[in-house]
Amino acid sequence: MTYHDKLLKAFGANRREVLVSVGAGGLTLGFAMAGQAQAEDDAVKPLNAYVSVAPSGMVTITAKNPEVGQGVKTMLPMLIAEELDVPWDSVRIEQADNDPKAFGRQFAGGSMATPLHWDELRRVGAVARAMLIQAAATAWNCGPGDCATDAGAVIHRPSGRKRTYGSLALACAGVTPPDPKSLTLKDPKAYRILGKFTPQYDVAKIVNGEPLFGIDVRRPGMLYASIVKAPVFGARVASADLDAARAVKGVKKAFVIEGDPNGLFPQGMTGQGLLPAVVVVADNWWAARKGRDALNVTWADHPTAKLSTRGFDEQAAAFNAGTPQKNARNDGDVAAALKASARTVEAVYSYPFLSHANLEPQNCTAEFKDGKLEIWAPTQNPEPGRQLTAKTLGLKPEDITVHMIRGGGGFGRRLANDYMVEAAWVAREVGAPVKLLWTREDDMAHDHYRPGGYHFFKGGVDADGALIALQDHFVTFTNNTSGQPSPSAGMAASEFPARFVPNVKYDVSMIRADIPTGPLRAPGSNALSFVFQSFIDEMAHAANADPLAFQIKLLGTQDVVGEAPARYGAGRMRGVLKAVGEMSGWANRGKLPKGEGLGVACYYSHQGYFAEVAHVAVAGDGTLKVRKVWVAADVGSQIINPAGAINQVQGSVLDGVSEAQHQAITFENGATVQSNFTDYPLMRIAESFPVEVKFLKTDFPPTGLGEPALPPALPAVTNAIFAASGKRVRSLPITPDMLKA
Amino acid sequence: MAYTLDVNGKALSADVDGDTPLLWVLRDTLGLVGTKYGCGVAACGACTVHVDGQPMRSCQIPVEAVGKAKVSTIEGMSRNAVGKKVQAAWMELDVAQCGYCQAGQIMSATALLTATPKPTDAQIDEAMNGNLCRCATYVRIRAAIKRASGQKEA
Repeated sequence: MTYHDKLLKAFGANRREVLVSVGAGGLTLGFAMAGQAQAEDDAVKPLNAYVSVAPSGMVTITAKNPEVGQGVKTMLPMLIAEELDVPWDSVRIEQADNDPKAFGRQFAGGSMATPLHWDELRRVGAVARAMLIQAAATAWNCGPGDCATDAGAVIHRPSGRKRTYGSLALACAGVTPPDPKSLTLKDPKAYRILGKFTPQYDVAKIVNGEPLFGIDVRRPGMLYASIVKAPVFGARVASADLDAARAVKGVKKAFVIEGDPNGLFPQGMTGQGLLPAVVVVADNWWAARKGRDALNVTWADHPTAKLSTRGFDEQAAAFNAGTPQKNARNDGDVAAALKASARTVEAVYSYPFLSHANLEPQNCTAEFKDGKLEIWAPTQNPEPGRQLTAKTLGLKPEDITVHMIRGGGGFGRRLANDYMVEAAWVAREVGAPVKLLWTREDDMAHDHYRPGGYHFFKGGVDADGALIALQDHFVTFTNNTSGQPSPSAGMAASEFPARFVPNVKYDVSMIRADIPTGPLRAPGSNALSFVFQSFIDEMAHAANADPLAFQIKLLGTQDVVGEAPARYGAGRMRGVLKAVGEMSGWANRGKLPKGEGLGVACYYSHQGYFAEVAHVAVAGDGTLKVRKVWVAADVGSQIINPAGAINQVQGSVLDGVSEAQHQAITFENGATVQSNFTDYPLMRIAESFPVEVKFLKTDFPPTGLGEPALPPALPAVTNAIFAASGKRVRSLPITPDMLKA
Repeated sequence: MAYTLDVNGKALSADVDGDTPLLWVLRDTLGLVGTKYGCGVAACGACTVHVDGQPMRSCQIPVEAVGKAKVSTIEGMSRNAVGKKVQAAWMELDVAQCGYCQAGQIMSATALLTATPKPTDAQIDEAMNGNLCRCATYVRIRAAIKRASGQKEA
């Protein structure tokens, strides 16, 4: 069912309520819906995917993208509502289904919702407003220039007469939508919604525990499924005691999925296919799980059963001793510059694999009926999921509907759709609606992990304290023979501080490891920031320089360096560094008690410029306490919703520090060692700390906040640890042993 | 076998195995899905409910052990004087990001404020440390508890 059908159905008892939807012509393929409103009332003519106005004045705005906690279900409709000029409390938000014809690309990733929609969705609102004005002008027999709008009404300026949007909605059916590009958008000074602290639209449902998440979906006659896959990635089922599972009370079915053992890496991060598995279906999930525990599955031998973290460490060291596989960048003459340096530093950095650990374990509900598949999925990436499901099940994509259900955390994990394919397969096999839910242990054993990595650095500063030489041999991972790193395991040749240092050499070698990897919040950056910003701090200390002043000096005097997509706004970064220095009292850090220190780091990712200072205390026994983090951010000219923006930044900083302090996924015998929050701990409230956030307003278009605050948090803390204790953290996670006096 | 439970003041019955955790009886049998599954080993607090007023992890309570105890879930908090205040503070400060842990957080916070109307930071840490928030909304969780208890937020 399309959104519009749903809307009509929802209003079915009082259909006259939906008078007309006003369109933003051609902006988002919005007219595809025009023929679908087969209402008996001719007045019902939904034209566009985004906006409809009821006679009561209630405005319904569609939220196009998946919501996983990043706040887009509220933020994107705010853009439309502002330019439509309606009061926020008269706005109703409807979650869209996956519908690329109506909405284009619908996904939650890359902190892209703001930059992709800032202009477009404001224009959707402006087009609707212009149509309402035109309708009023026609009624008043005046020019649209005589009309203004205010809080959901058109006003005839010369006379002061007023018509509510609700009363004009019907008349909009005769108005041709103007070219969106022809419209003048509001002066930000006139904003009534953008820039105001606006709680999430679903806040009441969240605090009252109403059904909202993927795991909460219920269908009539629904069954529950548990799925078990090999601890060694991709291994086939050798045997399973299906009858023992079937003997458990409540169990309806138990069966083996042959799957595709090569399905781990068929087409990149979003393409994982159906893996070999055993499934138990029951009338409640606990019974399915008990059935699963009775299966006693054995797995066939698999070529990757020897993989281990220890083996990776050994291979990385061996790569360092040999010649790198590839050179990615070679500026100037690093060897000569290192020789000519006044001080040089060599250091080895490493970081572990990480799990996304969404608090809501992966799950999906599916129903297969009369050749059609309906899916309710907490996914960040619905259309690739639909395509993958179609391919795996041999269905046509148009026979599959995907409803986007709120996800209990995304962090990049739900860009992959493995759980969707599994649920679809099981639902077809069972012939009833099925909710498939992974255990926490399944979730940790079958992630698309943030890849680990190793960096072997050499750096040199000259007698004036300038960084003149930097060499990095990056040892990363590959799961293929094409010479490309695994998903999210690469590094751009432009990685900072390349282009700011005259002699730079970046080499790369790759360990073969058939482990699924994928994007974790601020992919690449979440690890590279730690290693590069820590090593730059080391070089600052080698130069006997103030680390903050060293960073600003390193950024040079140009405002912009390089061209898109590798453009770097050095001036913007200098701006946030200076701001965070002032916020944090950096100049007074010498007055801190013994065992305390400030550390600074900055990082550009996802189009956002972030500088952060951490204040930490390190006790003699190695206990670390982060006291506070200050964040200065430049994400452009407008913070759309401060409620969500500040929350994202604070959460990103705590998330980053949680990674640095606690998290590591390791492998033994080809399988993940960690299984739950007991051995994969996350930060808890007692370790949390205040995060002070300042957004610098600049003239650039607004950009996103789901990710870019995270990367600098880790090195800000590790650099502060050095300032507090003289201990340099070069591998994560940080342990008390590393910090003991 | 059939068990009759007192949930949010109503007598509800469930025909399940006695070892079925209360969490799954609430969610799958009784349709009260506000209580969440996160870990199954009492390590995340997403499944927190009140049993005779005490915050408990419902993933660890077999239904046969509930007996006549009064069970309260997030669905009943708007009728609990303290719970209602906690919910209001959560909404005003827009605590949640993904929101998945927040039912458990609110259940723990409500139990805390019922026993300790003006908790210190240390008391908040102690009472709330069993509740993970993967989005790390801890700054606002703390502020909301202070607001609900009529204390200064920072």
